[in-house]
Amino acid sequence: MEFSELIKTATVENVLLSCAGLPAVKGTLCITSHHLLLSSCPGGDGQAGTVELWLLIRNVDAVEKRLANSSGTITLRCKDLKVLQLEIPGMEECLNIASSIEVRFWVGSEPGPSHARVQRLAGESGRLQWLEAPPILWGSPSSGCPPSLAPQAMLRSSQPLTGPNRKRCREDETLLGTVLDEGERGFIIDTRSAQAAKQARMTGGGTEPKSSYPQWRRLHRPLERGRPLQESFIKLVDACNDTAINMDRWLNRLESCRWLSHVKAALSTACLAAQCMDREEANVLVHGAEGTDTTLLVTALAQVILDPSCRTLVGFQGLLEREWIEAGHPFHLRCARSAYSHARLKQEAPLFLLFLDCVWQLSRQFPFSLEFSECLLLTLFDNAYASAYGTFLCNNEKERCLCKVKENTHSLWAWLNQPGERKKYLNPLYLPNALVIWPSVEPQSIQLWQGLFFRWIRSSQYLDEAWAEIQRKVGSGLVQQINKKHQNWVCVCHLENNDWLLRFQPVQGQT
Amino acid sequence: MEHIRMPKVENVRLLDRLSSRKAALGTLYLTATHVIFVENGSETRKETWVLHSQISSIEKQATTATGCPLLIRCKNFQVIQLVIPQERDCHDVYISLIRLARPVKYEELYCFSFNPKLDKEEREQGWKLVDLNEEYNRMGIPNNYWQISDVNRDYGVCDSYPTEVYVPKSATAHIIVGSSKFRSRRRFPALSYYCKDNNASICRSSQPLSGFSARCLEDEQMLQAIRKANPGSDFIYVVDTRPKLNAMANRAAGKGYENEDNYSNIKFQFIGIENIHVMRNSLQKMLEVCELKSPSMSDFLWGLENSGWLKHIKAIMDAGIFIAKAVAEEGVSVLVHCSDGWDRTAQVCSVASLLLDPYYRTMKGFMVLIEKDWVSFGHKFNHRYGNLDGDPKEISPVIDQFIECVWQLMEQFPCAFEFNERFLIHIQHHIYSCQFGNFLCNSQKERRELKIQERTYSLWAHLWKNRADYMNPLYRSDHSQTQGTLRSQMAPCNFLYKFWSGMYNRFEKGLHPRQSVTDYLMAVKEETQQLEEELQVLGERLANLQKSQLNDNKDKSKQQERSKQLRLSTSNNSLANTPQEYSNDLKSFPSRSPSQGDEEDSALILTQDNLKSSDPDLSANSDQESGVEDLSCRSPSGGGCLPSEDSGKDSDEAVFLAV
Repeated sequence: MEFSELIKTATVENVLLSCAGLPAVKGTLCITSHHLLLSSCPGGDGQAGTVELWLLIRNVDAVEKRLANSSGTITLRCKDLKVLQLEIPGMEECLNIASSIEVRFWVGSEPGPSHARVQRLAGESGRLQWLEAPPILWGSPSSGCPPSLAPQAMLRSSQPLTGPNRKRCREDETLLGTVLDEGERGFIIDTRSAQAAKQARMTGGGTEPKSSYPQWRRLHRPLERGRPLQESFIKLVDACNDTAINMDRWLNRLESCRWLSHVKAALSTACLAAQCMDREEANVLVHGAEGTDTTLLVTALAQVILDPSCRTLVGFQGLLEREWIEAGHPFHLRCARSAYSHARLKQEAPLFLLFLDCVWQLSRQFPFSLEFSECLLLTLFDNAYASAYGTFLCNNEKERCLCKVKENTHSLWAWLNQPGERKKYLNPLYLPNALVIWPSVEPQSIQLWQGLFFRWIRSSQYLDEAWAEIQRKVGSGLVQQINKKHQNWVCVCHLENNDWLLRFQPVQGQT
Repeated sequence: MEHIRMPKVENVRLLDRLSSRKAALGTLYLTATHVIFVENGSETRKETWVLHSQISSIEKQATTATGCPLLIRCKNFQVIQLVIPQERDCHDVYISLIRLARPVKYEELYCFSFNPKLDKEEREQGWKLVDLNEEYNRMGIPNNYWQISDVNRDYGVCDSYPTEVYVPKSATAHIIVGSSKFRSRRRFPALSYYCKDNNASICRSSQPLSGFSARCLEDEQMLQAIRKANPGSDFIYVVDTRPKLNAMANRAAGKGYENEDNYSNIKFQFIGIENIHVMRNSLQKMLEVCELKSPSMSDFLWGLENSGWLKHIKAIMDAGIFIAKAVAEEGVSVLVHCSDGWDRTAQVCSVASLLLDPYYRTMKGFMVLIEKDWVSFGHKFNHRYGNLDGDPKEISPVIDQFIECVWQLMEQFPCAFEFNERFLIHIQHHIYSCQFGNFLCNSQKERRELKIQERTYSLWAHLWKNRADYMNPLYRSDHSQTQGTLRSQMAPCNFLYKFWSGMYNRFEKGLHPRQSVTDYLMAVKEETQQLEEELQVLGERLANLQKSQLNDNKDKSKQQERSKQLRLSTSNNSLANTPQEYSNDLKSFPSRSPSQGDEEDSALILTQDNLKSSDPDLSANSDQESGVEDLSCRSPSGGGCLPSEDSGKDSDEAVFLAV
């Protein structure tokens, strides 16, 4: 059945739209197969025919309706955490609109091909997949020298299927053995507690016993996942939306939702993995249970920390494509519902959001080292939960193949990388930094991501003005000025003795 | 010098709080003014200097196998952990420091020996940098409604007020004196800020001695006079910044608050800011959280909540916002008081002024603001910040809270202030350092008696000289945020108030963002200027070269000569490139322990040059007033007796004891 057949009322006049922090708008509401549109009334305050709202129906996380007399109010809580209110004249119209939206997002939320089977596919050998060594650059890029040290590899997988009988798998042991030279040692970072890993044996899983993998040292770093993580997200958003609470209560709820604890834990674990590679010069294998959630969180973050090429706009997109999308993070299941939904599904978990939050923490501590800005992180969050693009559709490559996602949808990356669009996502302060960026993970250094959690709650006018000011200062910056003013001279920026130097020199071949 | 039992101890270890592996071995020196730790064997002499006046507490801990640990907490929130090999040496150092950290005479303070090598004239010029008469003129006073009164010349009416006080024109000497007799410590209502656009004003005083029923005609006339000085409004707000319960308890001691029935045309309002004892304990609790060894996120947030610190900061801000709104939006004058009118009143008046008037958000204006609302109106710097050995219950971080309010506003309005965070941190440092004379004593009267201006130097001149370091690169005098009143969000936006690690963990550089946007933008500005000059020179040169068609080779070598390197340091890379301890497990694993590179902590280096220029970032030191010694004052001893008017304690301690 086509969705359009379910639309009982397609347009309603004189609907009042209100959203925190913005003036209310009256206009015509129109519902289509994918969007909810509201255009202001001709002759009203806005320009005639101006579209004031263009809301993807998939973005709706929860619908509440309240009827009074002859009209009704629909509150739409969106996955990007925005809250909209529509006052609709006419009770029937109100009910029709509400039910159309509800139906629409149920249709949209049907799970794709069975993910359970897909996961079992890789179960035989116990390992899901390999990750090639990330292209880590050592030393100064200006020298152009190839890395003099042996590159370390970061691997990821799922848990080994040792089971209650402590099965061994020669092939798996050999596989891990080939990574290490004789006498060399590697680290296995298990994102579950030792206890949880042990318990996983009862259901056929487990972890690498020391006796079978003697060259590997196992470290357990429990990271939250699944429902507890989703609940943490819901509680945080709840607290952020409760403007009536006092300071003590606010800090209490910030603490008890534990979101920042999860941020700290994820960053610490990623730093540990990075440290094993960079400081211990060892190979690292990361896994949890399935290898599609916390594992990816750790490997992706570690690469941002270690590898300057993952900190560019294009490099970061590549990282997401490789470490999240191709690696089979089940976006469809994890991001089906956001913080407002009353439907208690079991598969939702904001692991991707947690990753974005950690990257934001890095950008705060190293404001010059990421080429992209907060704006990109927000856009990625929005698109992971509801998107007009196919990039985050389905749960893994196989499903995307079956659904012919590449043939039937557009890529988010193509959109973001258009010259006009791209500018929005660049960090004006970016200066390539070839070094590893080690963040502080002390509680004093970890902050709530206000740009996301308060995006629709407070006005960011003064902070936006500050960014505009920074852009102004840097945009009119020296490198551009000099290059413009004098074409025979170039200003180059390079790294020397751990300091960025600006060298002012004649263009080669010129007098 | 007679207090120094032990001028030098060798083989002392300085521990790093964040990383136990990074202890430094060196020699400890005690001088008449500083404690100095000099690290052994490093190429660049790494030195840690701590002014005695910054020391808030010294704690000798139980001797261990490696030596005797000594913990020094400083008033600027530095915590220094030393391990001294011999117990006897440790004891001598301890005893010496106990005495050195608590001078009994003003003459022992550093400002009387500090010499920045300025001549007499330069010193006098320095003191003239901030001129309050000029400031009242800037506000548009004297005018038809306000005049300067000499009623307090020779401090005859109120010894904690300045000699020059601005009062409504219709307030005669008789009214002022009468009103002063009806106010705690005779602190009668006087002008703090005047808004020339709408004639609304902020006045300040202490609490009235109203008890349960007392009245004073002159005091009532005084408030009338304030109202009449604002012809556009038919009432004034009287804001009592104490919690209502505290104010009520004061009535039993013959003090209290204004009865709306007795004063015509006032609207009375309580704003519950807690007293100095609550604030002292709150800070101590928060610092305990800051000192936790590898706390979890929950430990930290729970501790922060439990300390109540941000709640108190918000209460002060809310009071300032209320007053600014009354003045700017309603055009109504406000009289502010607390108990004595020198702590909470100073906080609230200065926050309101800062919100109202963009001038106070400039560097010079901020100096003027502190001079006006704090120094001239008798904020008890000596008692509150423990410059001389005194009653520990008088100590409280009152101005620290104001400084934090300013920082919180800077975070919300990044383009509104001409100065940066460093400016605030350095002012806080020097309030405790006693290196300059500005904040000595408890009142203008005491400072004049001590001839401070003839014997010490002014901090403002020092900061002004180095103002390039304190600029906010985002500030532009024509930016919208630098115009008119700052409209802070009135809704209860708790999340706007954040923990200020730049202040309370300022010596733990590892906790801060590893790259500073402020420094970078300042560097960009400077480099742009330099390069533009360079460009001009080179442009001229090129033109010349093209003209004279000089030989290629000759030319090239010259260009290389000129090719100039400019350092644009964007980050402390040595620090950025050092991981902290993410795992304890790795320690036990046979590590190849890669060289950690250069890990010098700039916070702890102080060369002689730096000492002279007295940069507090470099002269490492101290924590705040509520050190371990203060634990005793958490549970107030005594009991039922209410302090009398002259007991020297804050009047609403009564409530603290009674409730």
